[in-house]
Amino acid sequence: MAKKYVHIHRLRRVYTWELPVRLYHWLNALVMVALIVTGFYISNPLVISSHQEASNRFVMGWMRAIHFIAAYIFFFNFIFRLYWGFVGNKYANWKQFIPTGKFFFKEIWQVLKIDILQLKGKEHLSVGHNALAGFIYFFTFIAFGIQSLTGFGLYASMSNWWLPKLFSWVPAILGGDIMVRQVHHWTMWFFILFVVIHVYLVFYHDYVEGRGETSSMVGGWKFIEEEAFQKDQQTAPDRRVLTDEKK
Amino acid sequence: MSQPLTYYDEMKNKGYSRRDFVKFATMMAAFMGLERSAVGQIAKSMASKPRIPVIWLHFQECTCCSESFIRSSHPIVADILLDQISLDYTETLMAASGFQAEEAMQHTMNKYKGEYILCVEGSVPVEADGVYCMIGGKTSMQILEEAAAGAKAVIAWGSCACNGCVQAAKPNPTAATPIHKLVKGKPIIKVPGCPPIGEVMAGVIVHLVTFDRIPQLDALGRPKAFYSKRVHDTCYRRPFFDAGLYVESFDDENAKKGYCLYKVGCKGPVTYNACGVTKWNGGTSFPIQSGHGCIGCSEENYWDNGRLYERASAFAGFGIEATADVVGGIALAATGAGVLGHAVMTNIRKKDNIHMLEDEGKKEEKELDH
Ligand code: HEM
Ligand code: SF4
Ligand code: SF4
Repeated sequence: MAKKYVHIHRLRRVYTWELPVRLYHWLNALVMVALIVTGFYISNPLVISSHQEASNRFVMGWMRAIHFIAAYIFFFNFIFRLYWGFVGNKYANWKQFIPTGKFFFKEIWQVLKIDILQLKGKEHLSVGHNALAGFIYFFTFIAFGIQSLTGFGLYASMSNWWLPKLFSWVPAILGGDIMVRQVHHWTMWFFILFVVIHVYLVFYHDYVEGRGETSSMVGGWKFIEEEAFQKDQQTAPDRRVLTDEKK
Repeated sequence: MSQPLTYYDEMKNKGYSRRDFVKFATMMAAFMGLERSAVGQIAKSMASKPRIPVIWLHFQECTCCSESFIRSSHPIVADILLDQISLDYTETLMAASGFQAEEAMQHTMNKYKGEYILCVEGSVPVEADGVYCMIGGKTSMQILEEAAAGAKAVIAWGSCACNGCVQAAKPNPTAATPIHKLVKGKPIIKVPGCPPIGEVMAGVIVHLVTFDRIPQLDALGRPKAFYSKRVHDTCYRRPFFDAGLYVESFDDENAKKGYCLYKVGCKGPVTYNACGVTKWNGGTSFPIQSGHGCIGCSEENYWDNGRLYERASAFAGFGIEATADVVGGIALAATGAGVLGHAVMTNIRKKDNIHMLEDEGKKEEKELDH
């Protein structure tokens, strides 16, 4: 197999994730953790024995306050990311997530074969997301949507602001808050499973491919084989993508 | 021909004083959450307007709504709104029966076409052509259709008429169906609860009489005045909820201290009703005050949505009942195992590959140095 790589790749530094994408990513990670932790507490509060009077304690109150503050940040951050899917560089574009042709599924299959099933074959060398990752992010975006709808649907009756009130139709459609809370709670588990797999695969790619996958979400740079970069630029040129090389 | 009697006339005939009447109007305004000027408006309407004809139908139900209504805290509610004035037809309480009764209903339907209020208590079974609930040779569906056709508005009393209630629980053998799914093109006021609070029911009727239009409804079709807040939002145990102090079991120390019932299954946080404010039995108490969690009786599907004494709702599946956290925990363990397996595989099968890639990287680094 090694013989396939007879010629030596040149690595090129490619500015893949722009600053807004990175900020979005880490902000999202932070509030997601906050929402999951407080969400668990809200759904099943721990026994914290105390001899304090109720008037001196506000444990659930704080948990809910954090949940709702994080929820607003989560929501506006999510809306921002949708917007960036139209104005950001090609690696942030919505076409990375929503299949627009057969090639997308072909690439998914290729990634499944090599990375997940670990069959022998030619590695797919993408620059931004690979198609499988992009497709799974598509589902996370749907889950973000579900979580925002159900969350603000529950929040609507606790608020006097028009924004949450816009969601008061959600409990009406699902037949009341009991159902909305169920959906809200089940969807949380999607995020937990996603985080485990996502973090693992980031490390996996870094470990196997050595292209700086992990640090790319910090600095924005990935180290891409010249060949792969050229191919990527040919299929969908984007002059905004910064690289090291002067032209 | 004599003038039709007004509500006030009827009250006087029954022996109520002017003072009683004004007290009643004041109480109703308070229950409806109206401002003070509304007291005069209510009094004026009831003193000047002829009674609204009402047809009150009973289908698949237990009559707890009627019971609640006639036990409303103010005697005028029972005496005037129900007993004397409005009910032109109601199977449970009217004196007439059989042919006479059916004729009375036909009479009201024809004479007051487009004016009468149709109150429905109970759900309509539609399975097997509706044979599960027949009155006077007609199915409840037929009766409902006929009566709704000429109604000004329809009031769905209680969870049966609003959501189907217990008779609609899985597997719902009679296909018990709520009213809003069967009657189209008429304003429908849903007054859920098992039963609804008597004062709430009276409030809805008084609103219709006073303002001549249906009360403001929320997205689910319930009057906002009574159903816009959760039981949880008006519960006197709420400070314990916010403090994180919960009853863990009904016989523990915390229960004695009156802590929040959230963890023993209180459905107050997902239930929209006026129990915390209006309370029951003339403002005596309400379930939570007597130490029992809310069971969510005014919410759709409360009978199938999980257990009454547990916080997390369980779903039936895989032959057992499991909560989201049980399923999630298993999925998490499976995912962890998958990740671990994958990592091991990666190291075994791609060892060469990694060496190769590393060598390659090193070579390239060297090359770049030149
Ligand atoms: C990743 C995102 C989120 C996660 C993982 C999450 C998780 C949870 C969980 C597990 C619960 C408890 C549900 C139960 O068992 O009854 C909950 C409750 C709730 N969440 Fe979220 N949530 C998220 C986003 C949101 C958003 C965007 C909102 C919008 C305001 C929101 C509003 C609420 C509300 C209002 C409750 C009910 C709290 C109460 O009634 O005391 N959540 N959340
Ligand atoms: S007892 Fe029920 S309604 Fe009252 S605060 Fe606790 S959870 Fe809410
Ligand atoms: S406290 Fe809950 S269960 Fe009890 S009557 Fe009120 S809404 Fe129904």
